[in-house]
Amino acid sequence: MLKVELDDDRAVVIVGSGAGGGTLANELAQKGVAVVLLEAGQRQSPESFINDEWASFGQLAWTDPRTSSGSFRLAKDFPNLPAWICKTVGGTTTHWAGASLRFRAHEFKTLSTYGAIDGASLLDWPLDLEEMVPFYARAEDKMGVTRTNGIPGLPGNNNFKVFYNGAMKLGYKDCHTGRMAINSRPRDGRPGCQQLGFCFAGCKMGAKWSTLYTEIPKGVATGKLELRTRCHVSRVEHDTAGKATGVIYFDADGREQRQRARVVCVAGNSLETPRLLLLSESARFPDGLANSSGEVGRNYMRHTTGSVFATFEQPVHMYRGTTMAGIITDESHHDPARGFAGGYELETLSAGLPFMAAFLEPGAWGAEVTQMLDDYAHMAGLWVVGEDLPQSGNRISLSDDAVDQWGLPAAHVHFDDHANDIAMRNHGYAQGKALYEAVGARRVHFTPPFPSTHNLGSCRMSADPEKGVLNRFGQTHDVPNLFVSDGSQFTSGAAVNPTLTIVALAIRQAEHIAGQLSARAL
Amino acid sequence: MGHVYGQPPDRSRRAFMRHSAALSGTLWAGSGALLALAPGKGWTLELGQLDAHAGRTLLIATRHIFPHPKLDDAVYALVVKDLDEAAADSAVRDLLAAGVAGLDHAAGGDWLALGSDEQLALLRLGDGQPFFEKVRATAVVSLYNNELAFAHFGYEGEAFSKGGYLNRGFNDLNWLPAPDQDASPSV
Repeated sequence: MLKVELDDDRAVVIVGSGAGGGTLANELAQKGVAVVLLEAGQRQSPESFINDEWASFGQLAWTDPRTSSGSFRLAKDFPNLPAWICKTVGGTTTHWAGASLRFRAHEFKTLSTYGAIDGASLLDWPLDLEEMVPFYARAEDKMGVTRTNGIPGLPGNNNFKVFYNGAMKLGYKDCHTGRMAINSRPRDGRPGCQQLGFCFAGCKMGAKWSTLYTEIPKGVATGKLELRTRCHVSRVEHDTAGKATGVIYFDADGREQRQRARVVCVAGNSLETPRLLLLSESARFPDGLANSSGEVGRNYMRHTTGSVFATFEQPVHMYRGTTMAGIITDESHHDPARGFAGGYELETLSAGLPFMAAFLEPGAWGAEVTQMLDDYAHMAGLWVVGEDLPQSGNRISLSDDAVDQWGLPAAHVHFDDHANDIAMRNHGYAQGKALYEAVGARRVHFTPPFPSTHNLGSCRMSADPEKGVLNRFGQTHDVPNLFVSDGSQFTSGAAVNPTLTIVALAIRQAEHIAGQLSARAL
Repeated sequence: MGHVYGQPPDRSRRAFMRHSAALSGTLWAGSGALLALAPGKGWTLELGQLDAHAGRTLLIATRHIFPHPKLDDAVYALVVKDLDEAAADSAVRDLLAAGVAGLDHAAGGDWLALGSDEQLALLRLGDGQPFFEKVRATAVVSLYNNELAFAHFGYEGEAFSKGGYLNRGFNDLNWLPAPDQDASPSV
């Protein structure tokens, strides 16, 4: 087992152990690079995960104080929970549903494809699909994505059957049980899916890919990776030359520690990553570390989302089996004739009774809500997930009043829906309603966005250092040995769930960092 | 203390709270799913903070906020249980006391004695105010996060110990055609 001394400055220090940080840690360790992986949360396991929605939320979710503002409905419904991400080893890979889709070529080139759009800060990525393809392939193999590498698709559950039949009636062509990082049969030392449901509560089978029980133990086994849990990083430090020298963190006992580093990689999710850079302001970097562009925290994206739940004469029992049990990709293309740029996916979604009551129509009461719940066992559901446009004013900043348990300013999330987002959401709602009515829905309800699980873009890549924070490898334009390794890197959000792309970027970034270390360029 | 229901009468908190009290009832004959779970038909909720009148008022208020006509009072009593426990905090106790007293005051004496429509009309005036929101926010979790509610609404809860649903009906829906094999491979 590796044990790195605090004053040893030869290791790569990674902040956050989710899809980006956990993958990067293992990839570097496999190449013989010493890594210290700092995780703010505690370590759970499939054994300790709980098949109970609220109890699991308490176990896994990041519930440190946050604040929010803007026209998006979450600022009203859940002002202190704008995002639903996790504080635990494995990060939000414990909670994610498993959908693993590649960007389409045009989604890396949104400014070129969509053209300039009023109010949007569209930009092309400084990389393209062609160079990402080999990394996507490695990510799919690593994660065991169904319908790749000869891995069969998962069997569809009842919620999928309703979804599929509705899709066929609407004339959709591309509907199946998805490309999921959930084992449809035993693979990589993990069992096949037993259709528990509770994908969002941590997979008690370990059938769903999570860095918790794949990347991290594999990395630790190399003897090159040290994982430290309950270590909350509060600052990235630098020297007079402007190079990162290490991090300050609060350890499990609340003591401040300084871990020296050769390279620092921040992967705290698109809320905590810019917050950490902003907290790391100094005389040399008065607006926050690596923020000479002023873009740290800006262009925050959360996908255009919304859900459609419908009730039927006959039972469905949507909660049985995988939460995201199928996908329709027919609306994922770019077709401005629909009244918006970009596209969206339709994916099945279910919730147990406790979350259904809480999220069906947040804040509401009375018969409209309860009559839907009376038919809970006869309910089917789907989620609209589409590309939202980056906007400069949609940003993560430091709260003026709220602080966390360490006394540090909390993350403040400001988000205004763009007209394009609203048009897309309404189109998705209408299609979802038509889909369910085509198979006999009695009642259809449009559920507003949940606290965000897809948090993207707040430290985006840009070819031009004035328009973003990172270069094409996730390396900050300002500080050569400081990287960002999570969804904050995204220059656009695409119409797809982001985890596969985060993992592919981490694999690619590990190659770059290892190469630079070998060449003594870092 | 002013609030939306008007000034409550001068009623000491000690008279309102801190009595050893209980709510009780009998499971409805139609509550088949609950009867299967319960050891007997009778149920009793011992209250630690609230008196029986406050407990009953909060139970009926919750029935108005989340109306499920076929859902037994025994399940609504679980919301009262959580409110009673929260009332160990004096700020919550005062909030609930003022809310109940305010409803009674607005009703000219006893809100519970009013007809259902009149009860709702007065309760609705507090929508969005702290008392109403405390009851609503507690109820939206407590009412639906228990085994009795699971049984009533047809949710099966914890699945791991039972082997998941792979062999317990995850794809037993038969009122629509089976999807193509390509779209949804067999188990």
